[in-house]
Amino acid sequence: MTALLEVRNLKTYFFTLRGSVRAVDGVSFTLEKGEALGIVGESGSGKSTLGFSLLRLVPPPGRIVEGSIILDGEDILKLPEERVRKEIRWKRISMIFQSALNALNPVKRIGDQIADAIMAHEDVDKKEALERAAELLKSVGIDPRRVNNYPHEFSGGMKQRAVIAMALALQPDVVIADEPTTALDVVVQAQILNLFKKLRKEKGLSIILITHDLSLVAEIADKVAIMYAGKIVELGPSEKIYTEPAHPYTKGLMASIPRIGGSKELAWIPGSPPDLRNPPPGCRFHPRCPFAMEICRREEPPYFDVGDGHISACWLHKEGISKS
Amino acid sequence: MGIKIEELSSRDDIILAGIGVKMYFSLARSISEILARKSRVVKAVDGVDILIEKGKVTCLVGESGCGKTTLGKLIVGLYRPTEGSIVYRPSDELSKVLLDAGVPYIESKGGLLFDMAKARGRALKMLRREIQIVFQDPYGSLNPRMTIKDILEEPLIIHGYKDEKERLEMVIKALEDVKLTPPEEFLYRYPFQLSGGQRQRVNIARAIILGPRLVVADEPVSMLDVSIRAEILKLMLDLKERRNLTYVFITHDLAVASIICDYINVMYLGRIVEYGPTDEILLKPKHPYTQALIAAVPSPDPKGRWRIKEVPIIGEIPSALSIPPGCRFHPRCPYAMEKCKINDPPYFEVGYKHLSACWLNEGEKVAKI
Repeated sequence: MTALLEVRNLKTYFFTLRGSVRAVDGVSFTLEKGEALGIVGESGSGKSTLGFSLLRLVPPPGRIVEGSIILDGEDILKLPEERVRKEIRWKRISMIFQSALNALNPVKRIGDQIADAIMAHEDVDKKEALERAAELLKSVGIDPRRVNNYPHEFSGGMKQRAVIAMALALQPDVVIADEPTTALDVVVQAQILNLFKKLRKEKGLSIILITHDLSLVAEIADKVAIMYAGKIVELGPSEKIYTEPAHPYTKGLMASIPRIGGSKELAWIPGSPPDLRNPPPGCRFHPRCPFAMEICRREEPPYFDVGDGHISACWLHKEGISKS
Repeated sequence: MGIKIEELSSRDDIILAGIGVKMYFSLARSISEILARKSRVVKAVDGVDILIEKGKVTCLVGESGCGKTTLGKLIVGLYRPTEGSIVYRPSDELSKVLLDAGVPYIESKGGLLFDMAKARGRALKMLRREIQIVFQDPYGSLNPRMTIKDILEEPLIIHGYKDEKERLEMVIKALEDVKLTPPEEFLYRYPFQLSGGQRQRVNIARAIILGPRLVVADEPVSMLDVSIRAEILKLMLDLKERRNLTYVFITHDLAVASIICDYINVMYLGRIVEYGPTDEILLKPKHPYTQALIAAVPSPDPKGRWRIKEVPIIGEIPSALSIPPGCRFHPRCPYAMEKCKINDPPYFEVGYKHLSACWLNEGEKVAKI
């Protein structure tokens, strides 16, 4: 069986006057139907750029320079923009943007905004589009009668639900959610996560959740990719990532999660992520890594298979290398 | 209900207390509202009693819109309460100044507690030195056109440090204290040249540079990556020990609160609904709202990912423009009873220093503090 979405060696660079920023630098992963993938990284790790790349929406001076994004056997990077706009974007892959609370047009009714997205892609009249908008609102837990409300009449959580409804308007196969709950309170966050779980179960929706919060990802993802400085450093099934993290960076992230009832002694990862215009040679994590060895400074580690579809890019996994 | 003055005077460990504090904001009205003489008032803080113990970290926890930031600003003296008072036990030096200025006070075992809202002029300026604030947004709270040295020097200039060399020494000391080392490397940088964590350190340095006794930290780590939050929290705890500080720590994140706080105040719609030592609150929450907040915290364990997580409360926090009658939480409460719709619950003492304002806890002792 081929995967619904396969990303191979994707590279997205930003060409600035002060050099090119390699925001996404050789990322590969697959996503099955109904699967939830979590992409976790610090700010500046390239995770949001990755999300935009999947929709071919990288803002200039950024450009996808290499790789392929294969959706149902077709490389969408090879398609003309016109076809992507009509057939792929929003219809097959849609996105819930990070600043969802500002993503709605304040002077337009919620229903009209959702209807616009429907009418842009399908040959339906306004009345039918509005009916579908009301249905969509209902499916995300908003009273369909509020289809004529303006965004300011909605609370933060409701706006977020409306943005999710909009992302679902054309029944896409994949929804990319970029920090969908950062601006929301925990109670509302839990409600939104429940909504994602429901959509997955009922509609077989595939979800890519992009966030810096490992706890949030654990609530939904089957598979987790840890990004650092434009690369995936570890990828594997959630159970493995959370119980047996392999990469020192992932271990550091895990140790830094505050847990209620957990240890009061917190760990953290010293230093900050590198400047992607000029990433360090060898392994990009070596300046912050407590286990850095000579080879890490010189050579970039390949992916090592650590079992059960779990891979990690770290020299520590190479046999014969002393772990001291 | 509420804090009894006698209770307060018998304690020697209180650095600041709020007594029946209310903070209302009037909104602009439409013509028809003006003609109908209707008022629109946001009750951001609506009757808060709070005790801040010296040398401890007291947390204000709640959803956005619960009034935690407004209460923080009241504590720093950036707002004057609409009703009620906030009393503060100053250093001996300031105590004399406030006494001379005729600021009203309450006597307590630990010293005089002065009504902050009544301080004016020089006394107020001195008061501001002793109570400082760290803001949430490390990006928005530093002037992008000032160097780090200028930013840190500003409070010193305002508070009359005339000697340039002395000022520079103090700036360097503050940078060292927040571990921005070597300080020379940071003095002439601009905020945009620093990472989020470094900027938050500058914010902390600015708050401590005048040698305050009480620091209010408003969500100091919520905009930082998880990987560096612990580092900032650790820094704040070290500073507290080294400089003898007391913190009021505002956060919406109970997991963060569990690490740094000694006491937690859970706020809902302008009121404190539950108060107690951190472990009591997190392990034995009594108020249904606190229980829901704890249940909603995501846990880093992928086993539950197919399960819909039951969060017992529904909907979202209502607007502070129209606070429900009776217990203000009743419309969202899974256990709401008839009585909750009519009567506002008092605080019941449900454990050692542990208070809960919920009718379910009736029968336990009614609390005096």
